[in-house]
Parts: sequence; C-alpha cells; structure tokens
Amino acid sequence: MHPAFSVLVFTVLSGAGYGLILLMVLGHLIGLGELQDRNLLLSGGVLSLLLISIGLLASTLHLANPKNAWRAFSRFKTSWLSREAVFAILFYPFVILYLAGIWFMGAELSVIFAAAGMISAVLALVTLFCTSMIYASLKTIRQWNSALTPVNYLVLGIMSGSLLLLAVQSIVTGSVSAQLQQSAIALLVLGAAVKVIYFFWIGKPSGSTIKTATGFTQASVRLLDQGHSSNGFLNNEFGYTVAANKLLRIRLLMLAVAFVLPLLLLLTANSLLLLAAALITLAGLLAERWLFFAEARHVVRLFHGDQTV
Amino acid sequence: MKLGLVVDLDTCVGCHGCATACKQWNTSGTIGPLSDKDPYGKDPNGAWLNRIRTYEVGDTPNSKTVHMPMSCMHCEEAACVTVCPTGASYKRAEDGIVLVDQDKCMGCNLCAWACPYGARELDPAEGTMKKCTLCVDRIYDEKLPEDERQPACVLTCPTKSRVFGDFDDPNSQVSQLVRERGGKQLMPELGYNPVNTYLPPRNKPAVEVYKVTSIKQGVKAWVNKMISR
Repeated sequence: MHPAFSVLVFTVLSGAGYGLILLMVLGHLIGLGELQDRNLLLSGGVLSLLLISIGLLASTLHLANPKNAWRAFSRFKTSWLSREAVFAILFYPFVILYLAGIWFMGAELSVIFAAAGMISAVLALVTLFCTSMIYASLKTIRQWNSALTPVNYLVLGIMSGSLLLLAVQSIVTGSVSAQLQQSAIALLVLGAAVKVIYFFWIGKPSGSTIKTATGFTQASVRLLDQGHSSNGFLNNEFGYTVAANKLLRIRLLMLAVAFVLPLLLLLTANSLLLLAAALITLAGLLAERWLFFAEARHVVRLFHGDQTV
Repeated sequence: MKLGLVVDLDTCVGCHGCATACKQWNTSGTIGPLSDKDPYGKDPNGAWLNRIRTYEVGDTPNSKTVHMPMSCMHCEEAACVTVCPTGASYKRAEDGIVLVDQDKCMGCNLCAWACPYGARELDPAEGTMKKCTLCVDRIYDEKLPEDERQPACVLTCPTKSRVFGDFDDPNSQVSQLVRERGGKQLMPELGYNPVNTYLPPRNKPAVEVYKVTSIKQGVKAWVNKMISR
C-alpha cells in the first residue's frame, strides 16, 4: 500500500495525543500523587489537544475532495471511518469541560468535571480503536485484517502518550515520578513485544493467490500484459513495493529508534532527555506507521502478476 | 433483480473494445467526466471503469492465453458500500447495481481499499471515486430501441463475449450460460459474492507437436533404440 504521509502523521500524532490524555485523566482521577498539579494537568491537556488537532487536520489532507468531508459523519452504523470521525468530534466538548474545570478549580475537581474527564478518556480510547478498525476491517489486506492491528494501535498510542506524560511531568514539576517512569518503561517493552509479534505474524502469505483471483485453480497462471502502458490509480495505490532487504533494515532501525533508544533515555531520569525520548519515539513510530503501509499487500496485486500476497 | 455480466474467457480476444466503449459512454454519462491526466504525455493516467489483463494459463505446450476484462462485480456483499463514511457509495435494492453519488464522495479511497477486484479508480481531476455503473443510464432508457438497452461494453463486443442479464431469473441467458459452462466467481474465498461471472475456456486439445519423419531421422532413431548406451 502506498503510505500517504498525511495519514502517517495523523495516526502517530493523534494516537500519542489520545494516549496522553487517557493516561493523564486516569492517573489524575484515581489520585496519583504526582499528577495532582494544576499546571501539569493543563500543560498535558493542551499538548494532547494540540497533537490530536494537528493529526485530524493532517488526515483531511489525503482527501481528494475535502469539501465533502463533513459528510463523513453520516454512516456511523456501518463505517469505521465514520465512527472515528464522530467520536473524534464528540471528544472535544468533554475534554474542554474537563480542562476548564482544572483551570478554575485546580486538581480538586467537582463530580461533573471529573465525569467529563472520565468520558473524554473513554472517548480517546474508543477513537483510537475506531482508527485501527478502519484498517483491521479490510479483508482485502491480510497484513491488516487481524486483531493484532487494533492491539498495535492501542498499545503504541498509549505507549507514546506515557512517554509524553512523563516528559511533561518532569519538565513542569522538576522531579521525575517513579510510577510514571516505571509504567512508561513497561509500556515500551509491551509495545516492542506487540510489534515483534506482528512482524512474525505477517510473514505468512494469505489464502488468496493469482489462481483464486483468476479462477484457474488447477493450472499455473502468469501475467503477460497489464493492458496499459503506464501506471494507473491501482498501480500507484496498491503496487507500492519496497525491496525485502530494505524493509528488514528499516524494521531494525525502527525498533531501535521507537523502543530501544527511548528505553535507555528513560533510565537517565533527566527531564530534557525524557523529552528527547518522547520525541524520538514519535519519530520511530512514524517509521513504524510507514512500515505498516509499505508491508501491507492488497489482493489487487494478484491481478497485476503477484503470485501471492 | 440481480443485474450483472457474464464474460466468456473462451472467446474474448483482448481487443480492449469494451474498455474504450465504456470510457466513451461514461465520460459523458451520469457519473462523468472520466478524466485523464497527461493523456498525450510521457506518463498518461486516467480513470477507466474496465481493465483488460492478459494471462498465460498452464504450461507450454498445454498453455492458453486468456484475456480477462474486469469491471465492477456488483457484489452481493459489497464491502465498498459498508466502509464508505459519507454514504456516497450505495447498492440499489431493486437491481443490485453499486453506484457512487458523485455529489457526496470526499475521495478518501477507502472503498477502493475494500474492493478486491480493483473496480474503483479515483478520478485525477474530480477527486471523486469512479466505477462501473452497469450503464444504468442506458439500460433503463426507454427512448432507446429495446435491443440497445444494454451496457456499452456488451453492445460493442465484437466476439459477443459479454452478456448482460438478470442472475435472479433462472431462465435468463446469463443464468443458463453460468449453468452450462460452469461459470466461476473470482476470489470467492473473500466472501464478497460477486455477481459478475466468468466462463472458463472450453477444454480443447493442445496443438499437436509434429515429429520429423525423414528416412535419415528414422534410421537414426532405430539405431539409437537398438544400441543401448
């Protein structure tokens, strides 16, 4: 699949933003000591809103006819993309109410504002899940059509959010919370494990072959002619191919940048290095999302001569 | 009604006439235009609703060249409609034709991702998704003579390899052809239940490979058979 840069930016940034707000609200409302700080909660909340909003704006850039984007809210019953759009917008009033409560009352919130915070945390999780289901629901792409896809999106979103939360916490309060540090390390290990499992799992080709695609299941089938002299929409969208050895190198680089390097930086407990860890993870996750697209092989490729996908 | 096409892979000669007639009719039809980008340049690109690919099936000398025209299959389980967030893609209840409302499409490409048959192409100029309409603006047009109320690709096919009809009617020509010739769906394992059906080539013996039968060759073969090495 052709990796559209706007979609990579969207999924990584909004994923981190939703992960950040989710962890921050949960930590705040269950009474985690280090998070009961007005300035910290406001900075974390604004950062998360900023990431989510930049991501959502980026996502509209890949539309070929964005003037009809407002119609995307209309098929909530069937379309995961529509559900994502609805929950993403529904998230805003609740999170703004929650942050307004903190602005006026500080960390000690009354029930209504705490409930708004809780609802925004749930909506953050649901939106992240809907984003992943856009990909996981496509039967045409075996590398995406799996429960591992939502697990990847949820874990990596929450993981990058935890690193951002730790960075914000250490910068605003000047000390590093041991609990947040430990949870960030645990999430990094979990994220790396989930990604490695995904890489092993997608190695197996799908059940569809050029034979089932053309209906000649009892003979060998080879493409002689695609029927056009230059690439069309299908070639550009689905024919994206990267050499296997290059993919392997990018995988290793990605694992190092997104997981190993931030893990080492986390152990230092220096607020500037923690910020660097969060940013490095986001860069690594951009590579991870690029791989998610580049390694996905759509069944249309079978008609264009691939024997398996 | 379940309208669709039967394509005979035995008689299709791969002339691309159906694709050209389709482009000609639909560029000024209800979903038109079907735009091209850089049509006379180095790297032309454009939206076509019908593509013809050519395959070699089997191994020589028992191989056959098969031309496979593909357009929208008007699937019964049309995932392109399910994933569409704007409601632009829809499947008509009365005849099963899958269409895109050009006024609603936002060009997100998700329906093209959901389609296993490559039936949907983004119009490079309009930014909306284009697909086969089964010439919905021909087949119901009462101003046309009755025998012309068929898709443009079917009317133009010089070898009559394309047949249009109602798959719900067991006595229609398409249903009979599918029964008699063992019609096949493409990629049935994905469960989209495509309506368009392909008739496999008839089984014919491969062209005989003639052996050289000069006297010299004959003697040489006899000697080789007699003297074991």
